[in-house]
Amino acid sequence: MSGLSAGRSNLDEFSETLLNLAKADRDIVVLTSDSRGSGRLTSFGTALPNQIIEMGIAEQNLVGVAAGLAAAGKKVFAVSPACFLTARALEQIKNDVAYSDHPVKLIGISAGVSYGALGTTHHSLHDYAALRAIHNMTVIAPADNHETHAAISAALTYPTPVYIRMGKKPMTTLHSPGTIFEIGKAITVREGSDVTFVATGETVYPAFLAAQQLETEGLSCRVISMHTVKPLDSDTLLNSAQKTRALVTIEEHSIFGGMGEACASVLMKHRINLPFQIVGIPDEYTITGSQSEIFDYYGISALGLAATARSLLEREGAR
Amino acid sequence: MEIQELKRRSIRYRKTVLRIIKHANAGHTAGSLSCVDILNVLYNRVMNINPDNFKDPNRDHYIQSKGHSVEALYVVLADKGFYPESELDTLNCFQSHFVGHPTRKVNGIEHNTGALGHGLSVSVGLALAAKKDGQPHRIFTLLGDGELAEGSSWEALMAALHYRLDNLVIIIDRNTLQITGRTEEVMGLEPLVEKFTAFGCAVQTCDGNSIEELVHVFDQLPFEKDKPNLVYARTVKGKGISFMEDVAQWHHKVPNTTEFEAALHELEAAEATL
Repeated sequence: MSGLSAGRSNLDEFSETLLNLAKADRDIVVLTSDSRGSGRLTSFGTALPNQIIEMGIAEQNLVGVAAGLAAAGKKVFAVSPACFLTARALEQIKNDVAYSDHPVKLIGISAGVSYGALGTTHHSLHDYAALRAIHNMTVIAPADNHETHAAISAALTYPTPVYIRMGKKPMTTLHSPGTIFEIGKAITVREGSDVTFVATGETVYPAFLAAQQLETEGLSCRVISMHTVKPLDSDTLLNSAQKTRALVTIEEHSIFGGMGEACASVLMKHRINLPFQIVGIPDEYTITGSQSEIFDYYGISALGLAATARSLLEREGAR
Repeated sequence: MEIQELKRRSIRYRKTVLRIIKHANAGHTAGSLSCVDILNVLYNRVMNINPDNFKDPNRDHYIQSKGHSVEALYVVLADKGFYPESELDTLNCFQSHFVGHPTRKVNGIEHNTGALGHGLSVSVGLALAAKKDGQPHRIFTLLGDGELAEGSSWEALMAALHYRLDNLVIIIDRNTLQITGRTEEVMGLEPLVEKFTAFGCAVQTCDGNSIEELVHVFDQLPFEKDKPNLVYARTVKGKGISFMEDVAQWHHKVPNTTEFEAALHELEAAEATL
């Protein structure tokens, strides 16, 4: 349940969590691709110089070496910008990590459109689609500091490979400290009976704001944090779809092949037909701007999501 | 294992490689024949790997980056006792775990390869872990020459020198052929020894189909402190069968019955001279 408070970036939360875990477990090894600063790992490097290995700007080698270290029993966190990690090194992820079954923890930093105006080369809007299609991969996008801390801790002991992506903007903490996080189990941020917002990663917060806005208009909105994109929590999705009149999915990803299409597939398979819309980045050259400007432009905002919800309900009412 | 016995094994391995490829009606014939002497010397003389110590992380490790020559590896692992040789009759068959490229489903295989330019990075990871833990074991990896066109091989080589991985032994199966033709015509690699030397490797060259020369080179390990070891093995693709030697078409051609019998005849003649 929600307990809103100002937080820091998920990236900062990740680096401190990892440092604390690594102090207690000398088998934890962090690999970077000239990404020590952008991964907020400078203090990690100072505190634990023997547990961080620089691989240079060479993502393919980063992931291959990570697999080799994991094969030797190391608990490896391979940290690199999500855009490069999941595109440049996709074959290493597919073959050396997933197919060879080495439980490497792939950390995609500055994910989605976090790099904003740096442009498409630096955006990762394909990573859910690419990694969902690879057997033996788990895909996670934490919504806030609480989920980030829990996801990193859970990944450490998870027996199979995990990809966790996060942004660098300070996040509002949605969850109270005791909220249970389990890989593959969505968190219901708030209950509601009119519309369900199923959001993942940094889009959960705007969905939450939209739900608050709609509440003032007399609409009851449920917000689900689908932090694990794969395996998808079908039970929570189906339960929410059956208890509300419309469903909106939100993700910082292409509308193709991501969490929204994963939800659509589950709903169709179970013959659940309700007004439904996937909100994400459309199939076009992404507009130039900061992450929040890009979010606003594509309707990943309180305003935009409230409008989407209203129009879905209107469509439902017209039937 | 002594040289004479190693030579006998090489001939036996060649026979089995051809037999299982013919039986499966698929396989990378010439590449397996090119590297089988290297695998023979590594597994029977150099590396500390056997079914009894396979679960021990502190034994030597072997990663075959040129995964397509898997038949040679399957045959040597069977001879080492990782599984009965008869299981190789299921090679490439429906539901068999003997896939056309190495997978860890097969006892004795450490890493799934097949896509080229991957094995050296994984080996660097294993070598880094051994260094960090102060373990004396070594990591051996076999690379084809064609796969050196993959940039990731050179990324890995940079890291091997940067971290002074003298516990890493890289073997180049330099048979000068790839699927389309001569490596130098497809994408020039030369001057290759100079490139490896410039990347900081301690390089030793040898005839990679000569048991004596392979034994001589591997007996000198480690070559130089703080430098990755590189054995530049000049080989002949299709080695041991006159009509397959150095012919690009035999990359994954399967011998027909006449060719198979002619090949066996040549191998038996060679065996008789030992």
